[in-house]
Amino acid sequence: MAFLELRGVGKSYWTPRGWYSVLDNLNLDVEAGEFVCIVGYSGSGKTTLVSLIAGLMQPDCGEIRLGGELVRGPGPDRGIVFQNYSLLAWMSVFENVYLAVDAVSPQLSAAQKRERTDHLIATVNLSAAAHKRPHELSGGMRQRVAVARGLAMNPQLLLLDEPFSALDALTRATLQTELARLWMEERKTVVMITNDVEEAILLADRIYPLTPGPAAHLGPEIVVDLPHPRSSRALNLQPGYHHARRDIVEFLASQRRATNRSAAPETPALAVAS
Amino acid sequence: MRKRFEMGAVVLPLLGIGLVLLVWTIVSQTVAPDLPSPLRTWHESRPYIVRPFFKDGEMNQGIGRFAILSLVRVAKGFLLAIVLGTPLGFLLGLSRAFYRAFDPIIQILRPISPLAWLPLGLIIFQRSEPAAVFTIALCAMWPTVINTAVGVRNINPDYWNVGRVLRLSPWKMLRKIIIPASMPYVFTGYRLSLGIAWLVIVASEMLTGAPGVGGFLWQEYNSLVYSHILLSIVTIGLIGFALDRLMGLAERRFQTV
Repeated sequence: MAFLELRGVGKSYWTPRGWYSVLDNLNLDVEAGEFVCIVGYSGSGKTTLVSLIAGLMQPDCGEIRLGGELVRGPGPDRGIVFQNYSLLAWMSVFENVYLAVDAVSPQLSAAQKRERTDHLIATVNLSAAAHKRPHELSGGMRQRVAVARGLAMNPQLLLLDEPFSALDALTRATLQTELARLWMEERKTVVMITNDVEEAILLADRIYPLTPGPAAHLGPEIVVDLPHPRSSRALNLQPGYHHARRDIVEFLASQRRATNRSAAPETPALAVAS
Repeated sequence: MRKRFEMGAVVLPLLGIGLVLLVWTIVSQTVAPDLPSPLRTWHESRPYIVRPFFKDGEMNQGIGRFAILSLVRVAKGFLLAIVLGTPLGFLLGLSRAFYRAFDPIIQILRPISPLAWLPLGLIIFQRSEPAAVFTIALCAMWPTVINTAVGVRNINPDYWNVGRVLRLSPWKMLRKIIIPASMPYVFTGYRLSLGIAWLVIVASEMLTGAPGVGGFLWQEYNSLVYSHILLSIVTIGLIGFALDRLMGLAERRFQTV
């Protein structure tokens, strides 16, 4: 039995035009210590999927299990890094991270909590900005705080919802490298949602394409059989990289054509750099 | 360019004030002979302005002393309004059931004039001072109640999710997330409430005869010293303007985003 299991998960929303099926019969297995990426078009239900795994909403059908236990609600065993950072605007970097440390480790003394907070902030290279408020930080720095807060929960599973989508290319590359380093050090189980195929190949052990909605489900897995740590420069020289990339892009494109024939077209938003 | 802008900032308001004084003078010379002209108002009000803190009796004091008496009364009513209104607003914003139960009654109480509340206050408290404070509080609390409720309901869902993922206790959720996130709305409510509290002071002092700017205004009307009515009106306006500016500063201080 896998560490994280999704079995036949479905979720629909009520809209003025009737029920809209976001996810339908979605299955996923993630082993402990794995880094799994889910790649899909925007609007295909990626954030819904994260919210379901996080327990922020309940599936209409199917079940989600973490370590064999049914997921019934949100909890710090699933650290989550939200797409839009969701830092508390009235708290400094330190206070944002401390809130999570304090909530998850109430048994520690105040000094130990402060020490752990300082350590986490140092891990994401933000010690110099610890006293600053989120609005004084750049997008990349805010995202680091969000990662530090996610790690502060000391989770069994780290959920990343398009963590770098709002960042410029250079910052994005830096943070991808840092995330890869953190994962090598901490070996947490990571499920990351992204619309960036290259990012997925750079970081993940396995990649699942999410079919375009409505009724999205996961396509066939694509194993990225490249040794860690990977660098985006070296990736281009690996034949495995090009195979993986072609498989994902072709699958998503074919699914999209199939959907477009049956439904109204939408704007494509899949980032594929050439 | 910069120089011209500064000229406009000083000259244009002065021009506006000058025009109003001119209209006032013309009206007092023509259609309303009982209305004192600006010049006469100034002459008859001078002792109250140049010695703002003299006291010759309960109802004959400098305008500064009257203003302080009124401000203290408003402060009491305003404090009572926010002490009652803020928690009420949080309850309305947090609980759907509470909102359903109490929103209709709030919508009915909200438009009631201070002139209607005051007699009720006099019946309940038997004394004019608490009745005035009661009236101010009852009229002034609604913007605080409603803005706080709206502020709580408008909290970014992401902030709620952060609290839920961390499994914060209800108390921590309130202290660390709900209260700070709704602060900007709450302070807008406070500013509007203070504006209403200051509006109500005149009515409540008139009816109770309590010493203050409003009480002075009513007494001087009865003693036919009309220029002092105008002095009171200008004072009320200036203080109201200053209070709004002060609360505006506090409001900006609490803008969290």
